[in-house]
Amino acid sequence: MSTAIDTGRSTAAGPKKAKLSDRARGERSLGWKLAGPAFLVMLFVTLYPIVYAIYLSLFNYRLTDPTGRRFVFLGNYVTALGDPLFWQAFVTTFIIVIVTLIFELILGMGIAMVMNKIVIPRRTLRTVVLIPYSIITVVSAFSWLYAAKFDTGFFNHWLNFFTFGAWDLNYDWFGGRWSSLLIICLSEIWKTTPFMSLLLLAGLAQVDSAQEEAAKVDGATWWQRLTKVILPNMKAALMVAVLFRTLDAVRIYDNPYVMTGGANKTLTLSMLVGTETIDRVEIGMGSALAVILFLIVLIIAFIFVKLFKVDLTGGRN
Amino acid sequence: MRSPRPRRGVAFGLASALVASMGVAACGSSSSGGAPTLTWYINPDGGGADPTKGGQAQIAKTCTNASGGKYKISIQQLPNSASDQRTQLLRRLAAGDSSMDLMSIDPVFVAEFAEAGYLAPVPAAMEQDFTADRVQSAIDASKWKGKLVAVPFWANTQLLWYRKSVAQKAGLDMSKPVTWEQIIGAAKKTNTKIGVQGKLYEGYTVWISALISGAGGKIVSNPGANYENLKLGVDSQAGKDAAKIINQVATSGVGGPAVGSADETAALNLFQSNSTSGFLVNWPYVYAALSGTTPKIPWLKDVAATEYPQTVAGKTSAPPFGGIELAVGKSSKNPALAYDAIKCITSTKNQAMYMVKTGNPASSKSVFDDPEVKKAFPNGIADVIRTSLQHAVPRPQSQYYGDISTGLQQKFSPPGSVNQSTPGQAQSFILNVLKGKSLL
Repeated sequence: MSTAIDTGRSTAAGPKKAKLSDRARGERSLGWKLAGPAFLVMLFVTLYPIVYAIYLSLFNYRLTDPTGRRFVFLGNYVTALGDPLFWQAFVTTFIIVIVTLIFELILGMGIAMVMNKIVIPRRTLRTVVLIPYSIITVVSAFSWLYAAKFDTGFFNHWLNFFTFGAWDLNYDWFGGRWSSLLIICLSEIWKTTPFMSLLLLAGLAQVDSAQEEAAKVDGATWWQRLTKVILPNMKAALMVAVLFRTLDAVRIYDNPYVMTGGANKTLTLSMLVGTETIDRVEIGMGSALAVILFLIVLIIAFIFVKLFKVDLTGGRN
Repeated sequence: MRSPRPRRGVAFGLASALVASMGVAACGSSSSGGAPTLTWYINPDGGGADPTKGGQAQIAKTCTNASGGKYKISIQQLPNSASDQRTQLLRRLAAGDSSMDLMSIDPVFVAEFAEAGYLAPVPAAMEQDFTADRVQSAIDASKWKGKLVAVPFWANTQLLWYRKSVAQKAGLDMSKPVTWEQIIGAAKKTNTKIGVQGKLYEGYTVWISALISGAGGKIVSNPGANYENLKLGVDSQAGKDAAKIINQVATSGVGGPAVGSADETAALNLFQSNSTSGFLVNWPYVYAALSGTTPKIPWLKDVAATEYPQTVAGKTSAPPFGGIELAVGKSSKNPALAYDAIKCITSTKNQAMYMVKTGNPASSKSVFDDPEVKKAFPNGIADVIRTSLQHAVPRPQSQYYGDISTGLQQKFSPPGSVNQSTPGQAQSFILNVLKGKSLL
């Protein structure tokens, strides 16, 4: 299936390289004229800060100590990549990314399939499912924080009730690394599963129902239909959803910031960048870390696009 | 399909209303003619933004009226935590915000702001006025590299709070200065607790710093030096003496069940419950807090305060110093008027009012003789605070204070694991962080 798509794309790309007609050239120059100003603004507001951050990352520079500014070339990168705190934040971030992604995919797929099948309250259902996603992350982080805290929360009371009193009412969810990460992940999953399910629903809608019926007639089980017909047919949408969500999750900041503030080894990479640049005003080291985070995002995107062949421009052809 | 026209009309109306209100707001915030408005960034206190509750808001109003139309002071409240206050002030100062006329800043940030050149110089003619009659620790904390860069407003210090009956039972003579070793022994003997602050937060640095200074040590040996030449005195005999006391308090059980998560409130709670109540190192608000409880504490008359315990027997203790200094931002449009306003704000009358209403001690010595102040801090506590403020030692003054403090807290946590090699580890870690060789 995927090979067929690939060949289709390469043939589509072929004629583009041929000599342009006058009309095409005219259209292209009009396109540049129309999009040019916006493009320039984009360059100014994104490229300039990126280049400036890379420049700053080569210095040992503290905002409040301008005289102490020293050029250290790649020194900040060497320090960061050799520091246990960085790797701890790295591991924490990726634990969150992988755990939330797996659960969001499974739950999102389930919700999408339900939404795809249900006909009657379709619009209402889609709206209801979207509610968690429409809540501001900081607000949802606070509600999960208060729900899990031992003094204001109800988690312990419920668990205590369902375990017939075996659960400690004063259990401190934010007292340890794993229990804190569990709540952080739960909050993330609750909040972003709707996004996942909407993207997957769009993919499901593309699946040709005739193929599904044919498989059914041939005696394929439900699982076979899912893995051999539905999933391969919506692979593009699936991979785009996974890519978007991964890139989003790598930058996680609000939830752990509100809930633990980075205590008990729950510091994420974005939070580390924040502490260095905003609290310590170590602009140099902070920029270096931000560049590293940017590179991580680039690498992930590269892996997805090249290795999993995600086609981000699928809609163009 | 409904017609899109009315919707567009509504949207346009909303948008124009929004833009208009922004324009109005922008006009409102700049000077509204007549007397220039000075903006005072205050840390939240008992009075909040209410100009009748005796807080900084009330002082702002009093001084506006007293200026006879020369200036108006409007207040802006900063966030609750000292580190968030610093972040906001720092970012505004770094960006050259011209509204930074008056700022209430924690003494530990004075050095950082001054070194970065963010503060407007104190007029030479007013220096005498701003230092006369002030407690020594407050003057020290307002100086950077030997120059006055901020003005002492109120001054805080920790005292040793104790139960007279417990001290008597343990055979401690509280009329003379006591040592940490003595009170640890007394607490063990009487099976009571010593309330301390050992949680990973600024309060723990306060304790560590007081212990090291009390042993005659200095956390920063050469204040003002660049991070490349900065020398620390944590890895010293004084540092080891401090480590020994922290270890004893945490491991002998006299610090309570959870020294590692004890902040000021937790320590106060330990002192407040009758069965464990013995000793407590804490700020002067303790008395007001204890007398304000419901139901009333029956043993309130048994509570007394004395000077902070000595780290080393015979060496005058170095009580922690806190409080608020006033400073003027470099980009302020009216620095001269701002310093005029500071003169009014820090008048003994305003300081006395502030001390009585909010419980925050004054930096001027004469205020402690005020009858109202004596009434609010009875049993000679007012005098103990004044003496303690004279001996108080500010936390290390350094433009890198934040890193030094966090580094100390991290390496000294949890208190139970502090041993004789902790000071050395803390020192090398902090120096590595400052040189950009370690992340914090």
